[in-house]
Amino acid sequence: MSALGLTGCETVPKSAAPAKAAPRVVVVGGGFGGATCAKYLRIYEPTLKVTLIEQNASYTTCPGSNWVLGGLRKMGDLVQSYDALRGKYGVNVVTDRVTAIDPAKRIVMLASGKTVEYDRLVMSPGIDFRWNAIEGYDEAASELIPHAWKAGPQTVLLQNQLQAMPDGGTVIMNPPPMPFRCPPGPPERASMIANYLKANKPKSKILILDSKDSFSKQGLFLSAWNELYPGMIEWVPANKGGKVVRVDPKTRTVFTEVGDEHKGDVVNIIAPQRAAAIATASGLANDAGWCPVNQHTFESTLVPNVHVIGDSAVAGALPKSGHSANNIAKMTAAAIVSLFRGVPLPTPSHVNTCYSLVGPEYGISIAAVYRLGEDGVLAGVKGAGGVSPATASELFRAQEANFAQGWYASITADSFG
Amino acid sequence: MAIKDKTRNGVAFAVIALTGLLGAAAAQAQEISRAQIIATTCYTCHGPQGVSPGSIPSINDISAERMVSTLQGFRSGMRASTVMGRHASGYTDEEIKEVAEYLGNLGKKGK
Repeated sequence: MSALGLTGCETVPKSAAPAKAAPRVVVVGGGFGGATCAKYLRIYEPTLKVTLIEQNASYTTCPGSNWVLGGLRKMGDLVQSYDALRGKYGVNVVTDRVTAIDPAKRIVMLASGKTVEYDRLVMSPGIDFRWNAIEGYDEAASELIPHAWKAGPQTVLLQNQLQAMPDGGTVIMNPPPMPFRCPPGPPERASMIANYLKANKPKSKILILDSKDSFSKQGLFLSAWNELYPGMIEWVPANKGGKVVRVDPKTRTVFTEVGDEHKGDVVNIIAPQRAAAIATASGLANDAGWCPVNQHTFESTLVPNVHVIGDSAVAGALPKSGHSANNIAKMTAAAIVSLFRGVPLPTPSHVNTCYSLVGPEYGISIAAVYRLGEDGVLAGVKGAGGVSPATASELFRAQEANFAQGWYASITADSFG
Repeated sequence: MAIKDKTRNGVAFAVIALTGLLGAAAAQAQEISRAQIIATTCYTCHGPQGVSPGSIPSINDISAERMVSTLQGFRSGMRASTVMGRHASGYTDEEIKEVAEYLGNLGKKGK
């Protein structure tokens, strides 16, 4: 092929030799997955033509949004710009919304009416909610009782409601069933709301009506709640009556499977989730609502030349987290560049680290290293990973709280900076 | 039968054409090393190219020897850590050596 290519180069004008043009990769979605993938594609192979299509001009991170509720950060601290991707890495960042893809023609169609051609497409569209999976909870209801599980106006709405509620009021939270974005997010949110209430409305309560029977870092959270917020947070697992089946957004009342009614001053329904609608519309999602992929290259098993990364992908044991999305994006970029080069695919190696702040000086973490098994499924390396120790000094918890914030600075620099 | 052959040729052509896209541009098409793959996973917490913008230590300017002994210390538990013991346990001696050499060279490149 290189001999043919050289011949073509010498005898055929450039415009008539499409095989000589730089390969084009289009990345859809500018969150942790998409931004990281676009950046690392250009780091690995600066000759690639990389276009990132994102509907918003900037990105507001979900990580850190609980810290805003806790009073530790401002909303503006969560906003990430695409300037570095444009200026430093030569990514063509387009502010537009993808309406459809045509895998046969390898074209992405945009809301503006434009189309963009690709040799390989990377979809990183994130999650959408299963509206009405809980009766009465649809998009309109989320304007009254927010999910706040996509950071931005929803976070502000929840924060405003917390600030408006009376001392002695009740905050009801309803975490979703697995799988969902950021498994330790709900208990961290309860912690950060408790941190705000303890300082401002100390007679208030938080009632967690859970769709699950257990939750991430459960032992660590329960122990820390007892220490930092004694009596303030009550957790009801699904098998003890926690499962919410219906809501009345106007009266802020939730109804459980066992027939109980709970009225809240603030209600936060973190609705059940699936891959974003564009993934389903593009034929990338399975019956369960998530996108199956080859877990080595993250190429869709349903649509060729289309890779699906981040929360919408089925990624073995990796949780749906910004950290996972960042690592998946890098492995996918390396795989795509290797496919273009015609060299063997590198062996992937993934890490996930999720820090949670229980209090301003009290951090806990869960970590794991993941490798591709012979069965093609990403699995945690045995003997590695795990959660912070159950018993630790104040200094240890403070160090992890400090590292939680260091993690935020690093991952945002790595993905967007 | 003829159709099958045609499809096969079509697929083969598409792969060669795409491979050729970079094959000509990058004459020294290289495999991405295991060390670089693992190093990129360090950057998520330790910052791009190992340069941390926050409270987590930078790892771009540590000699390979010191990095190997530090990571092995984390792995064995001889060296105290918050999370690094849980991470270091996920890698073999060979992987630790390779990534230490890769990271050790990052600092040298900048000097």
